[in-house]
Amino acid sequence: MKRAVLCCCLWMGLCFLSVPLPAQTPTAARPSPASSAPAPDPAKDVNDKLAQLDERVSAAQSAGDNAWMLTSAALVLMMTGPGLALFYGGLVRRKNTLAIMMQSFAMMGWITVLWGTVGYGLAFGGNGPFLGDLAHAFLRGVGTAPNADYSSTIPQLTFMVYQLMFAVITPALITGATAERMKFSGTMLFMTLWFFVVYVPLAHMVWGKGGLLNASLGGKFPCLDFAGGTVVHISSGVSALVCALYLGKRVGFPKQPMPPHSLVLSFIGACLLWVGWFGFNAGSALAAGGLASSAFVATHFGAATAAVGWSAAEWLKNGKASALGAISGAVAGLVAITPAAGFVRPMPAMVIGLVAGVGCYLMVTKVKALFGYDDALDAFGVHGAGGTIGALLTGVFAQSVVNPIFGDGKPVGGRDGHWGQVGNQLVGVLFAWGLALVGTIVILKITDLITGFRVSEEHEVEGLDVTQHGEEAYYLES
Amino acid sequence: MMKLEAIIQPSRFESVKDALREVGIEGMTVTEVRGHGRQKGHTEVYRGREYTVDLLPKIKLEMVLPDKLVNTVVDTILKTAKTGKIGDGKIFLSRVDEAIRIRNEERGESAL
Repeated sequence: MKRAVLCCCLWMGLCFLSVPLPAQTPTAARPSPASSAPAPDPAKDVNDKLAQLDERVSAAQSAGDNAWMLTSAALVLMMTGPGLALFYGGLVRRKNTLAIMMQSFAMMGWITVLWGTVGYGLAFGGNGPFLGDLAHAFLRGVGTAPNADYSSTIPQLTFMVYQLMFAVITPALITGATAERMKFSGTMLFMTLWFFVVYVPLAHMVWGKGGLLNASLGGKFPCLDFAGGTVVHISSGVSALVCALYLGKRVGFPKQPMPPHSLVLSFIGACLLWVGWFGFNAGSALAAGGLASSAFVATHFGAATAAVGWSAAEWLKNGKASALGAISGAVAGLVAITPAAGFVRPMPAMVIGLVAGVGCYLMVTKVKALFGYDDALDAFGVHGAGGTIGALLTGVFAQSVVNPIFGDGKPVGGRDGHWGQVGNQLVGVLFAWGLALVGTIVILKITDLITGFRVSEEHEVEGLDVTQHGEEAYYLES
Repeated sequence: MMKLEAIIQPSRFESVKDALREVGIEGMTVTEVRGHGRQKGHTEVYRGREYTVDLLPKIKLEMVLPDKLVNTVVDTILKTAKTGKIGDGKIFLSRVDEAIRIRNEERGESAL
């Protein structure tokens, strides 16, 4: 009697959980135990049912995680196109609008090819300190089964495609510094080399198994970088500065006024970046649980206070808060919170945002004017500087209660008492700076020799849309 | 025949146009232009860089008039385009040698 009741209860439980769930592991559907002949061993029967229940619960968890991760991947792609394309597009002069957009879009196409063929494995395969391996070349072995090194609840295909979107946007950021004077052919060659020389090794070092700077997978200098403050922003920002210095100033800079041709486009782009960043940061939790919520909130709060901070600084300095300042501030905050998002509580996130907002404002207005370099769209001022600020403050504010990344109960950052973490952050920052600096200089030389890098003066004055792409962004007479 | 060119404030344009229609003027060419006389521009700031914008938007009216209408039109424009502040604009008059209607090749004042 008791056995029958137990069987009924479990059977009802299994029916309740019987929503169609795509299993990542290719197990055939097992017939329900209750429909087969009564087993002679009641204990084994119960164990079988519990095992099935376990599987169903796992599948449910995976469904939630995978849904969020695929959404996040889409959000991050949106950050490049049209987020960054519009943001940068509006900031350049009309004659160069398509060129800057094309550079972002080209990354969407080309980096996908590089990542899908060899990049993924070089970044996330193997367990070396500096680089992965080619075991996953052409995505061999990358299917619906999870890769337990990185996330045990989502298909590895999801993880791969999510990381791909990061690899797409990072080089696109650099185009902000070289805007309005860089050849398209040079761009493509440079970005290809940069992908292999700077991005992939840095991604492996910080996020890959065995990476030198990996905080959770056995790195010698555990550097906390939740979503890519070092890997994405410092690397691209510093490279941007090197490129800007190498390329030289635009014709007419700084005397000739070169105001943004459409702040409306930039505004839309910035808002798309903000929304997309939830995928960038909260998606880096690689699951749909509490850590994703934490990172989501921290991201939003960081963006908000940074926008307020930049606007306030501008209001005090110029007597007016500009729209360009507000959106630039928000982006700066998002950059700074990127390494910290899954490690800090909401109030520290606000502090990080505020510091980044004011700090990047000063970088872009005072420091740039002081040194006189032409970082056309402030890729270094916002990403390089914001990323550095964020990386260091992550060491200060990271807390175990948010993310016990070093083990349960072990202190994470300064707020837990582990001030040495700031030192580790500094190591990571210096590594990223160093690799970006040296790597970019070498690549620039090579690119200049093969395709050339800067357009001729006539082409620059005529505009890149016409000279590089044979098009006009706005055909006003038609 | 006289050519009348008037550079006026964009905000006054609708009033000027209505007043001219009442006086019997139906033909004119209107262009959006930028320029300045003694009126100062303004400063714009983009990420800490200041730009002085001293080319201000104006409306340019052009029309060719029979001699007998010139004074009426000038008075009308002066009355409706004036705000009393710097930046109100200017009127220029010049002589026209010939006017031809393309549709039927009429010449002279009847082509106006």
